[in-house]
Amino acid sequence: MILYILPLRFQDNALLVDLSSTLSEVFKLPVSILQRTLPLDEGYDPVRNQFNSSWILSRLLKLTPEESCKIIGVTEVDLYVPVLTFVFGEAQVEGQVAVVSSYRLRDELYGLPKNPERLKERLEKEAIHELGHTFGLIHCRDPECVMHSYTYAEEIDFKSKNFCTSCAALLKSKKNKFNHMI
Amino acid sequence: MNLTKNDKPASILVVDDELSVRDSLTKWFTEDGYKADAASDATEALKKLKPGKFDIIFLDIKLPGMDGMELQHRIKSVDPNATIIMITAYASVDTAVKSLKEGAYDYVTKPVDPDYLSHLVSNVIKQRRLASENIQLREQIQELYEIDQIIGESPAMLKVFDLIKTVAPTDTTVMIKGESGTGKELIARAIHSNSPRRFFPIITVNCGGLTEGLTESEFFGHEKGAFTGAQYRRKGKFEMANGGTIFLDEVGNIDPKSQTDLLRVIETKQFTRVGGDEIITVDFRLICATNRDLELAVKEGKFREDLYYRLNVFSISIPPLRERRSDIPLLCNYFLKKLAAGINKPVTGFSSEAMEQLKAYPWPGNVREMRNAIERAVVVAKGSAITVEDLPIPPSSKAVPEDQSLESVERVHIKSILDQMGWNITRSAEILGIDRATLYHKIEKYGLRK
Repeated sequence: MILYILPLRFQDNALLVDLSSTLSEVFKLPVSILQRTLPLDEGYDPVRNQFNSSWILSRLLKLTPEESCKIIGVTEVDLYVPVLTFVFGEAQVEGQVAVVSSYRLRDELYGLPKNPERLKERLEKEAIHELGHTFGLIHCRDPECVMHSYTYAEEIDFKSKNFCTSCAALLKSKKNKFNHMI
Repeated sequence: MNLTKNDKPASILVVDDELSVRDSLTKWFTEDGYKADAASDATEALKKLKPGKFDIIFLDIKLPGMDGMELQHRIKSVDPNATIIMITAYASVDTAVKSLKEGAYDYVTKPVDPDYLSHLVSNVIKQRRLASENIQLREQIQELYEIDQIIGESPAMLKVFDLIKTVAPTDTTVMIKGESGTGKELIARAIHSNSPRRFFPIITVNCGGLTEGLTESEFFGHEKGAFTGAQYRRKGKFEMANGGTIFLDEVGNIDPKSQTDLLRVIETKQFTRVGGDEIITVDFRLICATNRDLELAVKEGKFREDLYYRLNVFSISIPPLRERRSDIPLLCNYFLKKLAAGINKPVTGFSSEAMEQLKAYPWPGNVREMRNAIERAVVVAKGSAITVEDLPIPPSSKAVPEDQSLESVERVHIKSILDQMGWNITRSAEILGIDRATLYHKIEKYGLRK
């Protein structure tokens, strides 16, 4: 199995390279950055000035190069699902695709000075979280587990990049199950 | 808090004519661990409805055909216990108030703030759970969790298991004593998992890694702007552990100021965040661990005596591995099975020499060191059995013989050097700092053979 990162209006290449190595380390899978273009215009809602993450997932599904892979779109634009004011990301549970946005993870959005290191940490945690969903993991009650769901950017700092014992065991069994299927 | 009675995931029905709303809400709830279903109108919703089937029903006020208000009545007649939350596309206070008067729990306005939605659902679940919680039912759940991960059949470990079983169901503060690597955190988790608090978190604080200035903020959290770098309000570990257990690892390392703070929070179960004045009350069970001699630290004035007695209410001492050598084969085989399966490698046992070496080694880093040693051995092993060459521990020269007399130690050391030097007498004698004749004499005396 391979994980692909697809930059979607994402300029910071160094951040993508860091993300790639973290994902590879956490999921123990090869990670590759896809050099393809996916126009996002159709997913844009001018009234909300946001992009529909469910629409992005449907487009990512069409791009999946092969069955034994997962793709995570990484973007700088603000994401929403219709019933919620915003989302940090979205994923297809036990599926192939996920998307994560750095928009609301940036300190400068909240009037604070830029903090590239904190942005990197938050983006990594949210990307691991969304990819965790693609492996069938759901939100975890352990506040330090990466699968714990927080809705404020600063709360993401509470959790670690790691899966708790239960989520790690579940991830392992889901990965094994998947490996047997292919 | 996505649990209802019996720990089954809560079941949620979303009734809305907009597909995007149904899809995004059911997906959001599924990710949160709930069982979610959807209906596009009143007819479909009523078809799916059965008494007790759904814990929460999200209901759009504006529905085609029968509207949400009418459907609310019908739902209540089928399942009066279901919690109904109205969804409205605009903040219509009149409609919302009317629906609340008719028995709805709350209402949300589209688009919903995710944080508000999370808290709303979690509060409903919590209330429903508290209402239906049956203490007798909980007492029947006596399964022992996690204790099976602690391996040992030696009398010393059997005593530890007995102590865990005795203290776990109580709220007593526990002090776990043991050398580094003996598995103190595992014991703490076993106690938590077998306690009535197991449905709440266990929060670990490694006090050894905290500097004096950091401890207070780590324990109690801080308000935004409390100090340079405090850009956000942050919950402390005690607040996170509310309802559950807080595990203070290496508690002997905390500074005097934090010892006072800790004593206060143990006595009052109250604290304020750094830079704040709101008094926060928490409900926690305390488990501590230390590898230091705290009694000595008390005598030397380095650890508060009153705090020591508050922490040392029920003490569990974990023996170091060298004092329970009979558990070594059991542990080795446990780790081998677990770690080999983890990397799908067909390593199934140890050569007899390797096992002898594992049994003789003093394991200063205890079980943790053993686990790491076996993990490395599994990775490098070429056959189905781990050999002496695969083990990252020093050869038997550094192993501690059962008999630790000077003669016995000398015998083991000479044999090891001879083995390393391929029984080259001249080189071995040089390394040992004795002449060849003396070496021959000792080989004969100790009956050493190639």
